[in-house]
Amino acid sequence: MTAMLEMRGVSKSFAGVRALRDVNFTVEAGQIHALVGENGAGKSTLMKVLSGVYPAGSYEGTIIFDGEERRFRDINDTEKLGIIIIHQELALIPLMSIAENIFLAHPPSRLGVIDQGEVYRRTSELLAQVGLREQPDTLITDLGVGKQQLVEIAKALSKKVRLLILDEPTASLNEADSAALLDRLLAFRAQGIASILISHKLNEVAKVADRITVLRDGRTVDTIDCKTEPVEEDRIIRSMVDRDLAHRFPERHAGIGDPVLEVENWSVQHPLHPERQAIKNVDFRVRAGEVVGIAGLMGAGRTEFAMSLFGRAWGKNIRGRVRIDGEEADLSSVPAAIDAGLAYATEDRKQLGLILADDIRKNVTLASLYQVASRGVIDDFRELKAASDYRSRMRIRSQDVYQETGTLSGGNQQKVVLSKWLMTGPKVLILDEPTRGIDVGAKYEIYSIINELAEAGKGVVVISSEMGELIGICDRICVMNDGAFVGEFTAAEATQEKIMRAIMRNDRLRSGMQGSEQGSKGRVGEMQS
Amino acid sequence: MTDKTVSLPEGRKEEHKGGGFIRNNLRNYGMLLSLFAIMLFFQVMTEGTLLQPLNLTNLVLQNSYIVIMALGMLLVIVTGHIDLSVGSVSGFIGAVAAVLMVHYHLDFPLAVVACLIVGAAIGAAQGYWVAYFGIPSFIVTLAGMLVFKGLALAVLQGQSVGPFPPTFQKLSSGFIAELLPDIGTLHPTTLLIGIVLAPALVYASAKMRARDASHGIDVEPFALFFTKSIALAGVVLYFTYLVASYRGFPNVLVIMAVLIALYGFVTRRTVIGRHIYAVGGNAKAAKLSGIKAERLTFFTFVNMGALAALAGLVFAARLNTATPKAGTGFELDVIAACFIGGASAYGGVGRVGGAVVGAMIMGVMNNGMSILGIGIDYQQVIKGLVLLGAVCFDVYNQRR
Repeated sequence: MTAMLEMRGVSKSFAGVRALRDVNFTVEAGQIHALVGENGAGKSTLMKVLSGVYPAGSYEGTIIFDGEERRFRDINDTEKLGIIIIHQELALIPLMSIAENIFLAHPPSRLGVIDQGEVYRRTSELLAQVGLREQPDTLITDLGVGKQQLVEIAKALSKKVRLLILDEPTASLNEADSAALLDRLLAFRAQGIASILISHKLNEVAKVADRITVLRDGRTVDTIDCKTEPVEEDRIIRSMVDRDLAHRFPERHAGIGDPVLEVENWSVQHPLHPERQAIKNVDFRVRAGEVVGIAGLMGAGRTEFAMSLFGRAWGKNIRGRVRIDGEEADLSSVPAAIDAGLAYATEDRKQLGLILADDIRKNVTLASLYQVASRGVIDDFRELKAASDYRSRMRIRSQDVYQETGTLSGGNQQKVVLSKWLMTGPKVLILDEPTRGIDVGAKYEIYSIINELAEAGKGVVVISSEMGELIGICDRICVMNDGAFVGEFTAAEATQEKIMRAIMRNDRLRSGMQGSEQGSKGRVGEMQS
Repeated sequence: MTDKTVSLPEGRKEEHKGGGFIRNNLRNYGMLLSLFAIMLFFQVMTEGTLLQPLNLTNLVLQNSYIVIMALGMLLVIVTGHIDLSVGSVSGFIGAVAAVLMVHYHLDFPLAVVACLIVGAAIGAAQGYWVAYFGIPSFIVTLAGMLVFKGLALAVLQGQSVGPFPPTFQKLSSGFIAELLPDIGTLHPTTLLIGIVLAPALVYASAKMRARDASHGIDVEPFALFFTKSIALAGVVLYFTYLVASYRGFPNVLVIMAVLIALYGFVTRRTVIGRHIYAVGGNAKAAKLSGIKAERLTFFTFVNMGALAALAGLVFAARLNTATPKAGTGFELDVIAACFIGGASAYGGVGRVGGAVVGAMIMGVMNNGMSILGIGIDYQQVIKGLVLLGAVCFDVYNQRR
């Protein structure tokens, strides 16, 4: 077979951070090619380069499609060639019908008047092809996520797709819908349509893929040809996580004391889908001076858990008990949670953490203004002093405390967020992805700050998708998957493979994977229990 | 360290400071200069009529209710909302006041208090939906605009009601009491207040500047500060002289000055003020920092309602009757004043001083164009273009 698509030596960086380094990636006609890797390994970036989201010139390397070198300017260029990407967040308009969504951009028309009959007829055909038994005029909002996914695929088919890219298509699907979707991919393969499947679910990958490429830290680290080699999940997991520890971690001397945060039987409902139990009767404990990591994949419920604790900032019908310093804590609102000694530094600094148009001073004091005010009137100089103290203590690099936070680098923005929370005098800090989008040097500084906090007797919870980081800085790591804790390791016993296995094992149990068929290939189920 | 933000080399820092101050405050100076230029323009074009004592006093009286409402509107806009109902509400309150005082002969202080409470209640009724139910303020207050326009008609039964008791009229058309012996053409009390006030203001701002500088805060360069202080004192004294040669300070000017000072203080110096800006700047981040965003939004609307009521009273007192048409279109001037004054339609940005200057620009243009005999048709066209120009200037400034 000949290569339909070849990406050669593709590199891309964002503001100095290398997202892709010299990646080679080949898809042959009529193949299903799986792309796997940790969060942040570069999978989505690679697909955005391929689909023209990042135009030619914004990356290095060459893309060859149908034997010709291509320089895509935007998505329209790739769609003309039949390269269609379906993103994880579906791009359907909820209050329009299936037919309207499928023919959104270029409906069949005469003199600008849409030919409704033709739209209806062609939609029916496409729906039959993807095996979706719905009327073309059904509204998207009345469909489940699985069916919406099929509508996206029908939309791709309407554009004469030759290479279909699916980003985590089964992440939010149940078992039956996932199986149906994968069957579609197999059927397309028979018609000569190639697919690229990005997935965390190795059992699915093993079931349908002809070839598997593993990305890690923006590099291709392994390629498996499934026809000639056995697909061992062990090997894939090892390739996914086994990185040279490029960054070291500051040394720490743990002096662990009494429990500061004890969560019992915590359960939370999804705010929009009341039938979904987002957090399932979870117990969680942090001691004074302890750094506890929460590992898990995106969507495991880590952020949801943290935010539901922090004054019910997320979720509905929250139940459970929380003790802080041994006493029942009132966490019914964010101000109450702050008073109780809890702090939560969000994973989304720009949207949820900072007021970007405001300066460092205003951001640092935002959550504790009354400390620098008397009778409701802010004392400028006390505020200035507090902000300046944190600026030097946290080594925030800026011109002065009047610099807008929007103009700071990611690391310095994070330090501003941390300063804001330290100023509230918390007993427990929950840091959600504290080093996301931060360069290596600044990461080291954040780790040092975390150590100092722990040494000062605070309980620190670190949520991170970088397992190496958790192992490097935590005393204990809890693994979360699908809203529950599925494993716990001490720093000494934790390895990236063990964590990944704990996640994968649970995924497999949950999706009730047809073990018999792939059992010989995937040995995850037999791993330590 | 591979951090992107590095401090400037020491040598350049000083120079940068002064330049930076001017650049950061370009908008504010620009505003004042435009007001000055516009006044100069009309002063010349009207051959001196604009700044005649009588006209100047009228200018203050005519714009007082716009300025009063702009103070409340600024807070609403800073939190990221809008209130279209203020014109109708002020008209409605004028009608209520007329009915209470003229038909029911209620005492003037009691009626005023009752009206302010009704105004606050109206604000609460609207703010409740905006703050706690997340209904767009545009829609809630558009509904309010219709409702209270209708209610004003209903309360007045389609008639004009008046005249008001003379004590109430004083609210708008009165002047501060003369306590000193007569000295001919000038009103001595007014003059004395002006003469005391001008140096006091300069002294206060000099003290503030010295205090800031001693704590290493960016201050304006001395030359600029000096010029500004002289100009400020000059304007205060000249203004005092002009109004003193007519009938002295109008009562409503005192009310306005107190309110402007109060709101300026609240927005710049208090925790509540800071929280309001934080909610407008990034509501989600503010909430996650423990700020009760809903409650703040609610209270900005309550406050707006009360100020709209006060404006309604001032307007009714000025006309000495309550008419069903009172308040029509006020909301447009009030909102325009805030945006001309540099408030951002996206929330989080805006100053009390800016809104006041914005209102004065609108007022001077209204007054000047009327004196020049420009028809109401083209007055509106010109005002619209000025609003658009001011906002375009802002957007352009931010892109740079």
